[in-house]
Amino acid sequence: MTTSLLNRRSLLAGGGYVMATGVSTLMAPARAEGLAPTLSMPGGSNNYHPGAPIVDRIGKGGFLMSGTVRRAGDGAPLAGQRIQMWAHTTEGYENQERSHGATLTDENGVFRLEIPQIIPAFGQPHGHFAYDSGAFKTVFLRIILTMWPATHLEGHFVLQPA
Amino acid sequence: MRSVRPILIWTALTAALAVPIAFAATSPLLAWRDPVYITAGLAGVVGLALLLVQPLLIGGYLPGPSAYRTRRLHRWIGGLLVAAVVIHVGALWITSPQDVIDVFLFQSPTPFSVWGVVALAAVFAAALLAALRRRLRLRPRTWRISHASLAAVTVVGTVVHAILIVGTMETVSKAALCGLVLAATTKVITDLRLWPKRSAAR
Repeated sequence: MTTSLLNRRSLLAGGGYVMATGVSTLMAPARAEGLAPTLSMPGGSNNYHPGAPIVDRIGKGGFLMSGTVRRAGDGAPLAGQRIQMWAHTTEGYENQERSHGATLTDENGVFRLEIPQIIPAFGQPHGHFAYDSGAFKTVFLRIILTMWPATHLEGHFVLQPA
Repeated sequence: MRSVRPILIWTALTAALAVPIAFAATSPLLAWRDPVYITAGLAGVVGLALLLVQPLLIGGYLPGPSAYRTRRLHRWIGGLLVAAVVIHVGALWITSPQDVIDVFLFQSPTPFSVWGVVALAAVFAAALLAALRRRLRLRPRTWRISHASLAAVTVVGTVVHAILIVGTMETVSKAALCGLVLAATTKVITDLRLWPKRSAAR
């Protein structure tokens, strides 16, 4: 007769362990530091609509999406880069046209765009950022708000030549 | 005293189930969700609540119904639980197919969803085992250990899944319900003495 190695205790302990490590992963701030290129995140392109228009703000605004765009290698800021953003907000679902918009980076490679308040959806409140303009390799980010309620989310890009 | 006890137990159980469901059903987040998405979330909450009833029934901890009746009820609620999971996933699929496909391909960016998939697989397997109990002709002990193991995986998977989610459930009532589910499951598995002591195993 065999004895089950996977008993109740080990299951609970395993669950607790992964719960603890899982939570700490979620707590880690999303960053794209250094000169290595930013890689697309899993689920980053979900509900993406190519070619979102450049707008002053999405809907009535109130929630700040911001970040930086730099070049892989030397880290030089990239001006005039188009960043697209979308999220589930008080004004619409991710897959609705009115939840999408884009803006350009300034001379310091910084972009800022107000969107409506992000609302928890699909388990965690999150926002999407995309670079998909061709000159550099496409990058899709899906960044989780580690604290909620919050009114600010950052997405940072280090781009490599296409 | 004897007449008060059952009332207290049933009142406590009703509260343990109703309070978290009521919080979720009145969450401010619902203002920005359509009926399909709201149904998806609530089906998940109801599924979690049913996980508290199951061990209490099969362990015979609830005063009133006979052992035969509680077992039948346990089977019935098992069916409801599977239905709740199907509605939960189906309605999420309608709301955002890409996100749900990612989850089942284990490519989701959200760790909580993997726990949901584990719990889903375990609860389906546990239900299948129950449905095919006669046909499988397993030794009763083997059947019990298998069913209880799958139930334990369902419970741990569901609890981690629920705790990691920022959603319509209110945090304290969610944690309390999860704690009760874990406690009830642990108690019934201990009381049923499914696993022989190590020394007696050979």
